[in-house]
Amino acid sequence: MMDQDACQPTPGAPCPSGENNGRREFLGAAVAAVATALTGCGKLSKEEFLQHNFRELSKEEVLTVIERLEKEYKEKFGKEVKVANTPALPGVMFGYALDLSRCIGCRRCVHACVKENNQSRDPEIQWIRVLELEKEEGVNLQHAEHYYNPDEVPREGHFYMPVQCQQCKKPPCVKVCPVGATWREKDGIVVVDYNWCIGCRYCMAACPYGARHFNWGDPQIPSKDVNPETHYLGNRPRAKGVVEKCTFCVQRTRQGKYPACLEVCPTGSRKFGNLLDKESEIRYILENKRVFKLKEELNTQPNFFYFYGV
Amino acid sequence: MTQPLRLSILPGLAACLLALAGSAVSAEEHKKPHAATVQVPKDQVQVPKPPFSEGIFPCSQCHDPKSMAPNTKRRELKDMHTDISLHHGPDTRWCLDCHDAYNRDNLHLANGKLVSFNTSYQLCGQCHGDKLRDWRVGIHGKRTGSWNGAKQYLLCVHCHNPHSPHFKSLKPMPPPARPEAIQIKNGGAK
Repeated sequence: MMDQDACQPTPGAPCPSGENNGRREFLGAAVAAVATALTGCGKLSKEEFLQHNFRELSKEEVLTVIERLEKEYKEKFGKEVKVANTPALPGVMFGYALDLSRCIGCRRCVHACVKENNQSRDPEIQWIRVLELEKEEGVNLQHAEHYYNPDEVPREGHFYMPVQCQQCKKPPCVKVCPVGATWREKDGIVVVDYNWCIGCRYCMAACPYGARHFNWGDPQIPSKDVNPETHYLGNRPRAKGVVEKCTFCVQRTRQGKYPACLEVCPTGSRKFGNLLDKESEIRYILENKRVFKLKEELNTQPNFFYFYGV
Repeated sequence: MTQPLRLSILPGLAACLLALAGSAVSAEEHKKPHAATVQVPKDQVQVPKPPFSEGIFPCSQCHDPKSMAPNTKRRELKDMHTDISLHHGPDTRWCLDCHDAYNRDNLHLANGKLVSFNTSYQLCGQCHGDKLRDWRVGIHGKRTGSWNGAKQYLLCVHCHNPHSPHFKSLKPMPPPARPEAIQIKNGGAK
């Protein structure tokens, strides 16, 4: 009688005792496995798993998220890491200009960027890639070499072109993101919500500048090298499986500072400012120098310009 | 009747608006602290101290006009300053074209006007006027500080050795890792 009762859904069928328990156990294990897989090997907390897209969070929710992140970072790195969420300054549209006649390809910018923005050190992710180009060919990317490593730069007959995120007005990377984890802020910076990114890498395929980079492994940063001044949409430590990119050092520039790559450049090739400010250096360059945009024909409309200062 | 009245009002309104706009702009300018224009006269720029070799300045500690009469004959220096090799402009150029023989702690322009080492950009700008113009507006040379506030300028001589001004070559920092150099470890890149 008891067996029959337990097998109500399929009356008449043989019902070996214990089958029901087995199914329950199996389903339970399966749900747990799926949940584990979804939440990244069980490392994610429930709060993080249930967290919404940054743009949908209320002010209070943002603060809660930041508090949780700061706690996590402190546990991971053993030191205070501050996560800011400074919004875009009103009346500001950031622009960048790089003087091709002065850059000598010394890669100081590349490594200052890694230091400032908490990129993984092993393998090292670099947001700036410096191309060595031939003077005879001009800006011909088919003649570009980015693994160059001579004893001294500049090399005879060559010039150098650092390429990083061009902060496009029409960013193809944003267009292709299937989950809306990346967007263009009011000050023109294209940012990523690392907690919302699903790691599909469509944006990397869409970006014509190779500006987006993927954390194939767990990012490795020695605790002493972690820059504790971070921004939610910028240089806060990332996790495995998310895409990251240059944000014009959003944690610095929204506080009025220059980006790290600019401050370290020994030749003064890098210029940065507010495109809406008529008195800014960047406007002077656009009005008085020979300026071009990289791959202008793609109509991505970069806010990053290359110019010849001579 | 209304037409002339309106016409007479319009210029008045325009004048009012202009005055308002003018005052707004001047207030805006006032708020912005430009280090370049604070504390120094309009034609000058605030810069850090020139990068002298240690113990070399003031020059008058050795070049005392009482104990050492200046020798203004164009010649190759054999006794002192032999470490300086001049690679700047024509071969005929020499020390006293820029350094002043009678005011050793100063430089002089082509017209003889004395210029302090702190404003040596005026001297450089005699020949490199286009660079000086770009430098003043922040295009030539490096700026640090803040993009919307005070900026720190550098003198020409902070980056260019005045005796040999060509920017020196540098050892490049390491290139990015080639994809084949990245090892797979524990199911992820390492």
